[in-house]
Amino acid sequence: MTLRLEKVTKKFGSFTAVDDLSLEIPEKQIFGFLGANGAGKTTTFRMVLGLLDQTKGEISWNGGDIGYDQSHLIGYLPEERGLYPKLKVQEQLVYLAKLRGMKKSEAVQQIESWLERFKVPEYKNKKVEELSKGNQQKIQFISAVLHKPKLLILDEPFSGLDPVNVEMLKKAVIDLKESGTSIVFSSHRMEHVEELCESLCILHHGSPVVHGKLKEIKKSFGKKNVKVIADFDLAFLESIPGVTKYKPLGDGCEIQIESEEIAQRIFEELQGKGFVRKFDLEEPTLNDIFIEKVGASYE
Amino acid sequence: MNKFFIMVAQTYKNRVKSKSFLITTIVTVALIFALSNLQSLIETFSDVDEEKKVAVVTDNEDWFQSLNQVVSMNDNLSLEKYNGSLEEAQAAVEEGDFQSVVDVEQGEEGMPEATYYANKIANTGESDPVRQALQQVKVQYVTEQANVDPAIIQQMNAPVNFELVALEDSAKTAEELNQTRGLVYVMLFFLYFSVIMYGQMISTEVATEKSSRVMEILVSSVSPVSQMFAKIFGIALLGLTQFAILILAGYLGIQQSKTLGDGSMLEFFGFNDINPGTIVYAVVFFILGYLLYATLAATLGSLVSRLEDAQQLLAPMIMLIVAGFLIAMFGLGIPDSTFITVSSYFPFFTPLIMFLRVGMLEIPIWEVALSIGILIGSILLLALIGARVYRGGVLMYGKSTSLKDLKTALQLSKKEK
Repeated sequence: MTLRLEKVTKKFGSFTAVDDLSLEIPEKQIFGFLGANGAGKTTTFRMVLGLLDQTKGEISWNGGDIGYDQSHLIGYLPEERGLYPKLKVQEQLVYLAKLRGMKKSEAVQQIESWLERFKVPEYKNKKVEELSKGNQQKIQFISAVLHKPKLLILDEPFSGLDPVNVEMLKKAVIDLKESGTSIVFSSHRMEHVEELCESLCILHHGSPVVHGKLKEIKKSFGKKNVKVIADFDLAFLESIPGVTKYKPLGDGCEIQIESEEIAQRIFEELQGKGFVRKFDLEEPTLNDIFIEKVGASYE
Repeated sequence: MNKFFIMVAQTYKNRVKSKSFLITTIVTVALIFALSNLQSLIETFSDVDEEKKVAVVTDNEDWFQSLNQVVSMNDNLSLEKYNGSLEEAQAAVEEGDFQSVVDVEQGEEGMPEATYYANKIANTGESDPVRQALQQVKVQYVTEQANVDPAIIQQMNAPVNFELVALEDSAKTAEELNQTRGLVYVMLFFLYFSVIMYGQMISTEVATEKSSRVMEILVSSVSPVSQMFAKIFGIALLGLTQFAILILAGYLGIQQSKTLGDGSMLEFFGFNDINPGTIVYAVVFFILGYLLYATLAATLGSLVSRLEDAQQLLAPMIMLIVAGFLIAMFGLGIPDSTFITVSSYFPFFTPLIMFLRVGMLEIPIWEVALSIGILIGSILLLALIGARVYRGGVLMYGKSTSLKDLKTALQLSKKEK
């Protein structure tokens, strides 16, 4: 079951929210969907869910259109928490699951096991407004996955959670992927994306600026990072040609370089100046790539 | 189960359990019982059995006698000749020995004149019998002076026979008119309050789901159009429940007051024998009126993202129903004026004003059919537009309190293919 977007464009009047976007999200994969605020992520999700019609292009899932008759196969976790504050957890989840085509008895059973898994079984009969932000997020997550969707859209699923709970939900996301769900994962936390996603796409002003497998993206980015910790002043490194960024740290510095060869040059320059505690050549982080690609236009 | 009915059921269940629903229902039921037993209630609270004594200070024994004769027909009042001075009599009233004191003197041309003293003069119900009695005494006195035959006086006082007869065969008799007027009155109030109450409920429902953002989840599982109609029908079911309870309460109240032997309150509203045709019209116009305003309310509700803004956007709708209500109230007296006829075709007024016309006048069937046709047409049109606005409206966030948002919403829901 593959989700495919082909040359999708969405215009609101004269404003283009999404511009010529083509994506393919295969089964059993977590796809990272990134972009600055207002880049067109939510608009894309809404088009995938059929809430908005695209101006141009095709969106297909498993070869066909996505309509309300398939809503039981789709799970959606919106960025903003969306639950009835006055309803009790179980009542609420049963209602939302029924709208996704689940039977009540089945839903009740699933709710039990998910609450158990997230270690919050005591919240079953509490009103949502009484729960903490993080616990509400868990309930929100359950509402998105309760009906075992084949396509799951997660928009900032870990916001408001402590590290222990983030791990718990991450594990759940990976398990869902293993069981065959295609997952679209959107987050501003680059380390989560790096950890979970094989491929990704960075959207900027509605068009994709980076798109592909994470490994290849990193390779083709070319620039690398060098971390140096030494007992002497390292400021002179900034003037070496090929150094694109210089960031002093407490006892050393972090340098971005154009290519691997520059690292050699730096290594030579350091010779004889004193004791070097650490010299580390690193792959660029997704954070670097994001800032480079999206941040460039702000400068 | 179909998703539509799941939503209808959820809307209904949520509201039926809510405190506001329970409270309004209980209060209204209490009110209905109170109204249907109004007479016995008033009687219970007024001290009927206590006879009121009125002291009379006068020099003319004849007047006292005739006054006493007239008043003696009144069970609640008795006169007593007070032989002391007026001041002493007033003191006796203040002490509570008498309800009041009447000082009857000979005025101009020998006519009786009186001053009525009581601790409080707010209740004219107490002084009026005395005044009327004195009036009779005066007439008696004058006619006696003029030597008129008492039989003539009786003829003079007898009320004139005055009967209203409509010449057109189909026109309603005065009695019928009075009956339907009562029914139209009740129906107008029902429709007015239901539109305001249930209309507000619908837009609140929609606005609540938007402000809690649960709408994002809902629109991804069920189409906005079936959502909108699920809300309208859910609240309609709620309304039916409430009415069923109220009508049952009303029926019980009526039965009860009937056994007590007075149906005058009901006769006043014309409930004793109602024309079945009028009831059918009442139901038809009520349902159509509800649908029209409910669709409008849901559409407006989908435009706001905060509950507080819902009230503001509903204002034009409330104004429409208030205007319709006022015109209808005005039309109760002159149902056949051109203004009423014209406004009965305006769809937002039709449920109230066309019903008033059908109830009060005999109007050709095609006129009724035409107005119902226009009404149904507008409901369909409004539902069509409403569904599109709703589809876009539920995706709109931010502060929105003006009808300009209609345009934005329509743009969002634009079919691109």
